[in-house]
Amino acid sequence: MSASRIDRCFEALRQQDCAALVTFVTAGYPDYRHSLEILKGLPEAGADIIELGMPFTDPMADGVPIQLASQRALAGGHNTTKTLQMVREFREHNQHTPIVLMGYYNPIYCYGVERFLNDAAASGVDGMIVVDLPPEHDDELCVPAREAGIHFIRLATPTTDAARLPGVLVNTSGFLYYVSSTGVTGSVAPTAEKVEKELARIRQHTNLPVAVGFGIRTAPQAERIARFADAVVVGSALVECIANADTEAQGRDDVLSLTQELSVAVREARTTLNVS
Amino acid sequence: MSTATTLRKGPDINGFFGHFGGRFVAETLMPLVLELQEEYARARNSKEFVDEMDALRRDFVGRKSPLYLAERLTEQLGGAKVYLKREDLLHTGAHKINNCLGQILLAKRMGKTRIIAETGAGMHGVATATVAARFGMECVVYMGSVDIHRQQPNVQRMRLLGAKVIPVTSGAGTLKDAMNDALRDWVTNVADTFYIIGTVAGPHPYPAMVRDFQSIIGEETREQIIEREGRLPDTLVACVGGGSNALGLFHPFLDDKSVAMVGVEAAGEGLDKRHAASLKGGTPGILHGNRTFLLQSADGQIQDAHSISAGLDYPGIGPEHAWLNEIGRVSYAAITDDEALEAFHTLCRIEGIIPALETAHAIAYVMKVAPTLPEDHLIVINLSGRGDKDMSTVLAAMDASAENAEKNAGKAVKGEA
Repeated sequence: MSASRIDRCFEALRQQDCAALVTFVTAGYPDYRHSLEILKGLPEAGADIIELGMPFTDPMADGVPIQLASQRALAGGHNTTKTLQMVREFREHNQHTPIVLMGYYNPIYCYGVERFLNDAAASGVDGMIVVDLPPEHDDELCVPAREAGIHFIRLATPTTDAARLPGVLVNTSGFLYYVSSTGVTGSVAPTAEKVEKELARIRQHTNLPVAVGFGIRTAPQAERIARFADAVVVGSALVECIANADTEAQGRDDVLSLTQELSVAVREARTTLNVS
Repeated sequence: MSTATTLRKGPDINGFFGHFGGRFVAETLMPLVLELQEEYARARNSKEFVDEMDALRRDFVGRKSPLYLAERLTEQLGGAKVYLKREDLLHTGAHKINNCLGQILLAKRMGKTRIIAETGAGMHGVATATVAARFGMECVVYMGSVDIHRQQPNVQRMRLLGAKVIPVTSGAGTLKDAMNDALRDWVTNVADTFYIIGTVAGPHPYPAMVRDFQSIIGEETREQIIEREGRLPDTLVACVGGGSNALGLFHPFLDDKSVAMVGVEAAGEGLDKRHAASLKGGTPGILHGNRTFLLQSADGQIQDAHSISAGLDYPGIGPEHAWLNEIGRVSYAAITDDEALEAFHTLCRIEGIIPALETAHAIAYVMKVAPTLPEDHLIVINLSGRGDKDMSTVLAAMDASAENAEKNAGKAVKGEA
C-alpha cells in the first residue's frame, strides 16, 4: 500500500535518531517543467517527505509567497490533473519518497472526491492535507481517503485545546502537522521552547509522529525544532527562492541548495545537541 | 402539538441547509467558530441581549423602517401595487447596520476588543466602523483596491469613524479577495479579534446568525402590510449578492405558501458574459467556509464576478439561498447592469428616492413583471440601501452613454451625407 511509505520513512529516521525534513513546493510553479525538476531533485537534496501544494485561487490560510505562487501556476494553465501527472512522473524515478498533497477542498470537490482519490492513489500520492476540512466534516473526504489507502494528515494549532485534540486525532494518520503559530504560512518564526512544550502536551494524546511547520525559514531554526520534533516543515522560504531568482533554472537550483542546507541542519540537530 | 413542517428551522447542527453550508475553515479558526456558535445560542435566549438590541435598534439605528407605498411607480407600471421597505432610511443608509449591531454585541459578550470586516461597496464597512466606534473597539476593514477606487465616499466615512481601511490588491482586488485577507487576519489574531461577516455566508453559525439579525426586516414588513392591506403580500423581491437583505425580508414568510419570493442576482454584462449571478450561472463548491453555488472553472478555481454594483460582485451566495433555490421555495432572476441603471434613474425621478445600485436590480425586476400582474397584487421590494455611494459609478455610466450617443449621432449624420 502506498501509504506505508510515510510510515517507513519515519521508522527509518527514528532508527537513526533523526527528524524528517518536509519540504513544501507549489505544483506548477514557476512552470510545469521546472516544478517537476524541483520535485525530482528534492529527495537527493535531502527532503525526506515532499508536500506538493495544489494551487487554488483563494488560499485563505496562506501568506503572500504561496498565494503568488498559486496564482502564477494557475495563470500558466496548471490544474489538478497536471498536479497528479507530476506525481506520476516523479514516481517513475522515485518509489520511496512520500508525497503529501496539500491544498483546499474546492478543487478536489469539483474534480469529484471518488475520482480524485482513485487517481491520486494510482499516481503514487501517500497522504493529503486539506486545510479547510476540519474533523467535523470527516465523512466528506477524510474517511474515504483512508479507505483508498491515502493518509489524511490533520493540522493541530495553538488553538486546538486538550478538549478538542482527541477529535482532531481520531481519523488522522501518517503524521500530525503542528502549526506552530496562529497565522498564515510563512509568518512569524515559532519560539522553540513554546513549541517543545506544546509537543509534549500533544504527545500525551498520540503516538503519531508530529511535524512542526509555519514560519520556519532557516537552517538554524530548522535545527532547533528538529531536536525535539519528528519532522520540520519548510515551505514559504523555498517558494521565495523561486520568486527571487532571475531565471527559472536559478530558482530550481536555489530551492535545491536551500533544501540541502536545511537537510544538513536537521540531520545534525540531535548530534549537535548530544555533543553540547 | 403542531405537526406543521417549517422551512425556518435550518441549519442542522453542523450548519447545513440540505447539503449547503457547513464549517469549512482552517483548524485555527474552528475553536473560535464553535465558541461563537455557543455564545450566539446563549445570547438569543438572554433577555439582557434582546433588550439591549431592541433599544439600540430603536434609538441608534432608527427602526422601524417605513413600509412605503410607491404610488407613482405603481401608477407608471400600471399593474401590481408596489411597496418599498425603506431600509435606506436607517442610520448609515442600508440594512447592513442590523447585522453589525447584533454581531458587535456578541463581540462585547465574548470579550473581544478588535473588530475586522470585509467590504465590497463599503456599506458593510461603514456599518461595522459605526458600531465599532459606538462600542469603542479598534476596527480594521479589508476592501479591494478596485472597490476603494469606485466607492471613495464610503472609504472616507469609514476613516472618519476611526476605522483603518486596508486595500487588498491580491486577486481581482474586489470583495472575494477582501474576504480572503480578512480570514487571514482572523487566523493570525484569533485571541482578541471578532470577524463581523457582512452577509449570510461564511462558516456556520454566520449564515444563520446574520439571517436572524436581518429578519427584523421581514418581521416588520409582515406587521406593516397587514396593518395597511389587511393581508400578506403576494410577492417579495430583493436583490441578492451574498443575500443578507433578501433573506432578512424572506425568512419570516418562508412558511406562508401564498407568498412568492424572488431574489434578483446581478447579470452584469449578460449571463453569457461577465456577471455575478452565482445561482443562475454557477455550480456548487466550497469557498469562505461554506458550500454553496459559486462562479468557478471546471477545475474548481474561483472566477471573478462582475456587476456595476460593487456590493453584488461576489462569486458566491449564502448557502440558505442555494438550498431555497434547490427546493424551489424562492425563485431567482438576473438583471443586467443596463437594466439596473435604468431602474435607478426611474426611482430617482418618479419617487424622489436614490436607491443603491444593488437595490436597483430588484426594482428593475419589478418594473418588468409588475405591468403583467393585476392591480390587487401586492409586491414588496426591499429597498436595501441608498445610492449616495454609487454617484460616481452612475455619473460615469451617464457620461459614457452620452458619449456613445454623440458618436452614434455623428455616424448617422455622416451616413446621411
